[in-house]
Amino acid sequence: MSPLLQMRGIVRRFGDLCANDNIDLDVQPGEILGLLGENGSGKSTLMKVLFGMLRADSGSIAFKGKLLDGHTPAEAMAAGIAMIHQHFMLIDAMTVTENVMLGWPEAGRVLRTKEISSRVREASKRFGLYLDPDAQVGALPLGRRQRVEILKAILRNAELLILDEPTSNLAPAEVADLLVILRRLRAERKGIVFITHKLPEVLDVCDNVVVLRLGRVVGRAPVAGASRGQLAEMMIGRDVSAPREVDAAKPPGQARLALRDFSAPGLLPLTFEVRAGEILGVAGVDGNGQFELVESLSGLLPARGGVLELDGRDITRSTVAARMNLGLAYMPADRGQKALVKGMSIAENVMLRDSRRPPYARGPLLTPARAAAKTRALMADYDIRARGPDSIVARLSGGNQQKIVVARELDRGPAVLIAHQAAWGLDPGATRFVLDRMIALRDRGAAIVYVSSELEEVLAISDRVAVMAGGGFAGVMPRSALDMRQIGLWMAGRAA
Amino acid sequence: MIEFLAATIRIATPLALAALGGILSERAGVFAVGLEGMMLAGAFAATVGAWTTGAAGVGIVLALLGGAAIGLAVAFVAVRFRADNMVTGLAVNILSLGLTSYLMRVLSGGAQPVSMHLSPLAPWPIPILSDIPALGPLLFAHPPLTYLTVLGCLGLTLFLGRTQIGLTLRATGENPEAVFAAGANPLMMRMLAVIACGAIAGLGGAVLSLQQVGTFTDGMTSGRGYLALAALIVGRWTPWGAAAACLVFGAAEAFELRLQGFGAPVSSYVIQMAPYLIALAVLAGMGRSSKLPAAIGQALQRDH
Repeated sequence: MSPLLQMRGIVRRFGDLCANDNIDLDVQPGEILGLLGENGSGKSTLMKVLFGMLRADSGSIAFKGKLLDGHTPAEAMAAGIAMIHQHFMLIDAMTVTENVMLGWPEAGRVLRTKEISSRVREASKRFGLYLDPDAQVGALPLGRRQRVEILKAILRNAELLILDEPTSNLAPAEVADLLVILRRLRAERKGIVFITHKLPEVLDVCDNVVVLRLGRVVGRAPVAGASRGQLAEMMIGRDVSAPREVDAAKPPGQARLALRDFSAPGLLPLTFEVRAGEILGVAGVDGNGQFELVESLSGLLPARGGVLELDGRDITRSTVAARMNLGLAYMPADRGQKALVKGMSIAENVMLRDSRRPPYARGPLLTPARAAAKTRALMADYDIRARGPDSIVARLSGGNQQKIVVARELDRGPAVLIAHQAAWGLDPGATRFVLDRMIALRDRGAAIVYVSSELEEVLAISDRVAVMAGGGFAGVMPRSALDMRQIGLWMAGRAA
Repeated sequence: MIEFLAATIRIATPLALAALGGILSERAGVFAVGLEGMMLAGAFAATVGAWTTGAAGVGIVLALLGGAAIGLAVAFVAVRFRADNMVTGLAVNILSLGLTSYLMRVLSGGAQPVSMHLSPLAPWPIPILSDIPALGPLLFAHPPLTYLTVLGCLGLTLFLGRTQIGLTLRATGENPEAVFAAGANPLMMRMLAVIACGAIAGLGGAVLSLQQVGTFTDGMTSGRGYLALAALIVGRWTPWGAAAACLVFGAAEAFELRLQGFGAPVSSYVIQMAPYLIALAVLAGMGRSSKLPAAIGQALQRDH
């Protein structure tokens, strides 16, 4: 059987960096190929080369036996390749049908809206996508928007679908639906490249896997028979998937963060304490009040009622600055928007909170040389890979950006840390790193609230696990008495 | 009353044409701040063309070209070279004012602006319809460019809603990245939209000089481009909505003219502020519209 796609010896450099170093890749019809690798391993570059968004420095691409060379995305699409980007290429203000028609010659110069709309409805039924052709895309949940992209590919008769980290923005139930859809596409003999760094999904849905590291192929294997540990080892060179034994916390100290009937808009009254040397993990499906919890604890959302105490002091109505001065640190989920000023340098971002104090300032003037020295030390300590303190944050990978936030917040030696999706979008190595740093902070006597929709992360780090559902805590259990069944029930919204 | 309504339509026509052009530009994602300069260039070019050749048609063609030339400048500076939309727009407005005033003096060969007097375009009453009492003279006895404006509203509505290019243009204003991924060229789309905006706004200028005043005077648009900009926002970036907003502004001005006629004891300058005050109040009342094209004013990424 001749392969659907044959990439040979692909090389692509960005300056000194060789993002793709002589990569070969084959995809057969009816195959789901997992393309695995850490952030910055060259997966996205390779796929952009395939799709014609980047040009390869050398190498060849054959699709259905025909050479593709110097092609544009439009030509790649015409040939039968569809790319589903991590950030959807959709127009929120338009309907599903309009999005399908955009750039599609078959829709006609004068648009045949009715005809396309009925084709949308048919294909949606056939592949179980449940899409209303007239729905406005911006009003759809993320999982549905992704299906609009899949629908576009199907209607354009794409034979190869490239999905770039398709699950990174989805809720667990949406991920399950997506995998079902992918299997249906496989049954129709489509080739699929599934880019990810999440191992369970690879094991679940892929036929074969290719692992990239630092721009090279470091492993190829059929998924049947491969174990999670092996894949992880190929990916980052060591096995990090085994749950690390968290040292049993020392007997926790006094309460550092205390809530009594504390409530906020979207948050039911909560009463709990987090003690010195303790990590309270908060699990749950996204959108069940986690955002309201972290934002009201950090002071960005006003409290509605109850009392919030930090080391015994009432901070229910305190400003964000006052909370910070008392030792509260906050790592928001949306780091690009809330934690970092992406257009500024690493040093400037590091000094963002404490720019009035030494070593960043003396009197009214900033002290750039000292700030740079301090930043350099943090970069070494937290393994932030960039040219120097002057590097612009926007140019760094997501993992390195998050490490800046971690470095800044942890370096302040907070009494209480509120972390929301702290490992979001990070590969396993970087995730481990962030979790280890938090455990170290805990061991120095801080109280940590670790909120994440990744249950595995929460279980790996927490001394106690709380589950949020419907704006409140469905239940809390200590690490020593974990009951996965009960946690599942709580997450599904059933009270204890 | 008929007279008042007729005046409203007359005043609204150049505004509406400029607003139609502005819709093209803004829906493609470029703020249409340069409308004032485009109108002024169109008004000037139309006068020169009609005066030197004696043919109004030549004036109209030159108006399209004159406005498009300003549009081309905006397209290169703000789209191709990714400069700030607001600053670029304001700059071409000032440039256009200076350039037209200068050329007026060059044409006369002296320090005084040349005087070019034309007879304004005559109304084309539509047979039969214009004989309907009251409605006839109000709706069906206008000069040609007024009818063209109505056709423009219809044409632009169909273009935006029913054609592939229109869809791509709207998508460019919302998410140019997606347009690129869909295989189209957002850069070219934006540049063409801005140039077309210039041509249509230039036609709006021609309405002023050819159809209404019959000559060109320095800075004769006196803020109408900005009013057109307000109208297209109030009209939610839709042709009919913008035209309706232009009629409201036109009515305000027509009312003010009547007040002056009655010798109301208010400074004429205060009265002249009326349409702009209304525009400000309406804009403030609306706040930031959700209909605002999502990617308006955002430069395209370098690799497109």
